[in-house]
Amino acid sequence: MERQHSKTFWRYFKKNRLADGGLIIVIMIFLIAIFAAALSPYDPGKTDVSLKLKPPSFRNYLGTDQLGRDVFSRMLHGSRISLTVGFIAVGISILIGVLVGATAGYYGSWVDSLLMRFVDTMLCFPSFFLILTVVALMGPNLINIMIVIGITSWMGTARFVRAEFLSLRERDFAQAARALGVKDLRIMFRHILPNALAPVFVTATLSVASAILVEAGLSFLGFGVQPPAPSWGNILTEGRTYIFDAWWLTVFPGLAILITVLSFNLVGEGLRDALDPRLRGRR
Amino acid sequence: MLITLVGISIISWVVITQAPGSPIALTMDPKASPKVIEQMMKNYDLDKPIYQQYFLWLKKLFTGKLYSFKDGRPVLEKIEERIWNTLLLNLVAMVITFSLAIPLGVFSARRQYSFLDHLGTFGAYLGISAPTFWLGYLLILGTVMLFGYPVLGMRSFVTEDFTTTELVLDRIWHLMLPSIILAIHSIAGLSRYTRSSMLEVIRQDYVRTARAKGLSEENVYYKHALRNALLPIITIFGFLIPDLIGGAIIMETVFAWPGIGRLSYQAVLARDYPVVMTILSISAVLTLLGNFIADILYGIADPRIRYR
Repeated sequence: MERQHSKTFWRYFKKNRLADGGLIIVIMIFLIAIFAAALSPYDPGKTDVSLKLKPPSFRNYLGTDQLGRDVFSRMLHGSRISLTVGFIAVGISILIGVLVGATAGYYGSWVDSLLMRFVDTMLCFPSFFLILTVVALMGPNLINIMIVIGITSWMGTARFVRAEFLSLRERDFAQAARALGVKDLRIMFRHILPNALAPVFVTATLSVASAILVEAGLSFLGFGVQPPAPSWGNILTEGRTYIFDAWWLTVFPGLAILITVLSFNLVGEGLRDALDPRLRGRR
Repeated sequence: MLITLVGISIISWVVITQAPGSPIALTMDPKASPKVIEQMMKNYDLDKPIYQQYFLWLKKLFTGKLYSFKDGRPVLEKIEERIWNTLLLNLVAMVITFSLAIPLGVFSARRQYSFLDHLGTFGAYLGISAPTFWLGYLLILGTVMLFGYPVLGMRSFVTEDFTTTELVLDRIWHLMLPSIILAIHSIAGLSRYTRSSMLEVIRQDYVRTARAKGLSEENVYYKHALRNALLPIITIFGFLIPDLIGGAIIMETVFAWPGIGRLSYQAVLARDYPVVMTILSISAVLTLLGNFIADILYGIADPRIRYR
């Protein structure tokens, strides 16, 4: 039974060419991030004022910035920051979301109401502004950013997990486990959770996309990763002053963000389409 | 709902005042002179017990006595100055969004899986994924290079001699770019949402009946299907109301638009806690109201919900 299920899933996913492309790009970016040091022709921090603000050439593929640093190398290293922030922040948010959602969905009654109230309250806050404020308060460094993004984006996952738990709880296998005397926690995590994970994958992928955008926005406003560490949003902000003279400082980082976020979104939506049988039309 | 309101205010207050870097931490700073500390404690009521601090803050908020740190003016006054600008910007963006996104979504749904549909879908993904500040700068670059006319801010510098018509035109010119970019993001999302909503509706039996009855395709789509597909969109409309005030922080900063978004960003930069707390709480309350209105609207639009 299980193998049939995943076979259909893969078949459908592969047919979706957009998602395919997205997946390939995601893997590429992953590899770039891992091998950034090996792939960079220059040291991203090495300044050489004699080379400042040079347009893209064969020596510097994407040009140089105002301190003479090679933009291409900086961008390669920037991918590390973006991916790290994306994955760890989402990891945190999924952890919290699954815990909250599972507890609410499994126990029901007042636990559910209380937790859902909490979720509703958190949902009311303007997320970007909240993140900006807390990061500004706590100091803008990588760890703080990841934590804050994580604790402000778990609500969606919680809702989905809760919904799955609410329905899965009544199924035969869960009831049987309960009848056999299996402890609650064990039922929740060994029996129900594996079946409830499908929407979590979708939300996770889409959340990575949004986390990367948030990190870029934060860096743009000056509250993200601080210079001289290269982050895509960072490079863009530093290039702001030279926008009319050095267009490459603005165009390329944004393009990188666009492509990365786009591919994660495509994969996420592909996952969602593949897992949701309602929307398949005549092919 | 009341509980949520209270929860919102508590969380806002706790987040700002208790987090590291807040005024309380500053008073522990051994480098600050005792006079400064004393002054700060008086300003923030830090000498009173914690729960009293919270209520004092609430009281000040409602009686309009909360003062900004940057220039000592009442917070509410600062907000009032800028709120209409933000409202204008967001309203224009919303109008553009709805008038473009819904037709696009329907169009896409009618031709599901066709080339145009894929193109539209891809375009939507681009819209959602592009960082707004990047688009902003690109457009600024492009417009200034093409037209050579300043785009930043709400109005140009030499406006005293302009006639009224020219003033209005000038205002519209400055409005265009930021609202278009704001709209792109929303259009992308909304058109996809409309599309999936339409797709679901089209598979329903009553649409099949309408076709079987011999109604023209136009009739089927626009009169029967669309009306039902629009229902969930009405809920979205309710969610978008807080965005009207929430302010597009990034957009306003890029375009130097004097609105709430920029105010909040400057407040964060200047560690202007009263302003930050106020804007945070107001936005949250508005979101709550927006959800509430969305529920009501949905009940009005869909009679099936009413009688539960």
